[in-house]
Amino acid sequence: MSATVIHRHRLATRLWHWVNAVAIVILIGSGLGISNAHPRLYWGRFGANFDHAWAQLPRFPAWLTIPANYNLAISRRWHLFFALVLAFSLLAFMIVSLLNRHIQRDLRVRRRDIGAAHLAADVRAHLAFRFHDPEAPGAYNALQKLSYVAVIFVVLPLVILTGLALSPGMNAAWPWLLDLFGGRQSARSLHFIAMVAIAAFTVVHLVLVILAGWRNELRSMLTGRWRVPE
Amino acid sequence: MIAPLLRRRTLIAGGAGLMLTGCDRVIQQPTVRTILFKGEDMHRGLQRALSNRDALAPEFRPDQMSPRFRTNGTRDPGTADYAALRAGRFADWRLTVDGLVARPLRLSLADLGAFPQRAQITRHDCVEGWSAIGKWQGPRLGDVLKAAGMRDSARYVVFRCADLYGGAPYYESIDLIDAFHPQTILAWAMNDRFLDVGHGAPLRLRVERQLGYKHAKYLMRVTAVDSLAGIGKGRGGYWEDNVDYDWWAGI
Repeated sequence: MSATVIHRHRLATRLWHWVNAVAIVILIGSGLGISNAHPRLYWGRFGANFDHAWAQLPRFPAWLTIPANYNLAISRRWHLFFALVLAFSLLAFMIVSLLNRHIQRDLRVRRRDIGAAHLAADVRAHLAFRFHDPEAPGAYNALQKLSYVAVIFVVLPLVILTGLALSPGMNAAWPWLLDLFGGRQSARSLHFIAMVAIAAFTVVHLVLVILAGWRNELRSMLTGRWRVPE
Repeated sequence: MIAPLLRRRTLIAGGAGLMLTGCDRVIQQPTVRTILFKGEDMHRGLQRALSNRDALAPEFRPDQMSPRFRTNGTRDPGTADYAALRAGRFADWRLTVDGLVARPLRLSLADLGAFPQRAQITRHDCVEGWSAIGKWQGPRLGDVLKAAGMRDSARYVVFRCADLYGGAPYYESIDLIDAFHPQTILAWAMNDRFLDVGHGAPLRLRVERQLGYKHAKYLMRVTAVDSLAGIGKGRGGYWEDNVDYDWWAGI
């Protein structure tokens, strides 16, 4: 059984993947800790206890939050430091991936990717646990490509910009951010919704990594080397 | 061969969980703590590089105000001294302006009303996450400091309050960029009425580009200093000294 091994992920992609993964885990944990300080979400410019909340969030348990025991100041220290890591590593990844043509080659959504017939075929392939096109095994399949594009170019920028809109200092520096999101409390709600989307993506991503063969997938994200499935 | 595989599997399975508890352990390390706490300076530096030092916080129309503006922190200082001032409708209250100034001042509410006034409808953001929009009026802090002849050696302005935390007056501080910002006022009026006790009567600070805990209520004394070293435990405020809140609360 001679397996074909290809070099699948560039160093820049692998580096960003792991920096981003660490940042996401710490940001969600510390963010849930911050949420516990005032677990109500509002739409609009203002929102406090006497105002209508569209969502009353649960109290997130100690095993999910950073730190485990409620400490708003320390949750904020983790959150605001890793917010910088998340934002600047994403920016660097985007620039490098434009220069090394990762975006143009691997992430560009082509018309045939989003045709109804092609998407339906891709859903059926996923349900049959077939994740790779035998013609081009190293390429991302359509659903994979669309979800990566959505996370990298929509959800992560959204979580970063809504986070910035929560800063009273940034509100003075970039007042247009507030107008974009419809006020600070709307930005706070969207920030939470974007986090839920990222958490959902992460769960699906991990499940698919396991189904696709976690040892091969994990090695490819560590060393770049990926064995083409027979 | 089995051992490393098992170890790797355990690492992956418990990866996220380990990281969460790991975070609590590593932050005990002074070096990690120092690096993490540098985030505050990085955000301040980036934001100040991105914006004009006089960039204004958003202001709102009267119809955009919160119908009810909740109180927070101290609702009533409750001391005998404060009760006496309150009973006299703050006629005997004076704001002391001292420290690195040529002419220390003791200002009554009438004196503060004689300065040029600024009224602004702004959003108050609590560090906990809620926001409320209200109208504030009072003299600019910068005008009051100029009237006292603040010296060039001053670097920070320290606020001391009538309410007690841990048996000592609440205190806060800001730097001169925020002290002389056009929206930084000593507010004696809220929503077109005298400030009520819950919101800091008779006078509170408004420093609109920072979070709520910087907006010291029940002001008694404004002091120009060249260093925060001698104030409290040296980090510039009650919450900063006691529970690691950021001194620069612009985010």
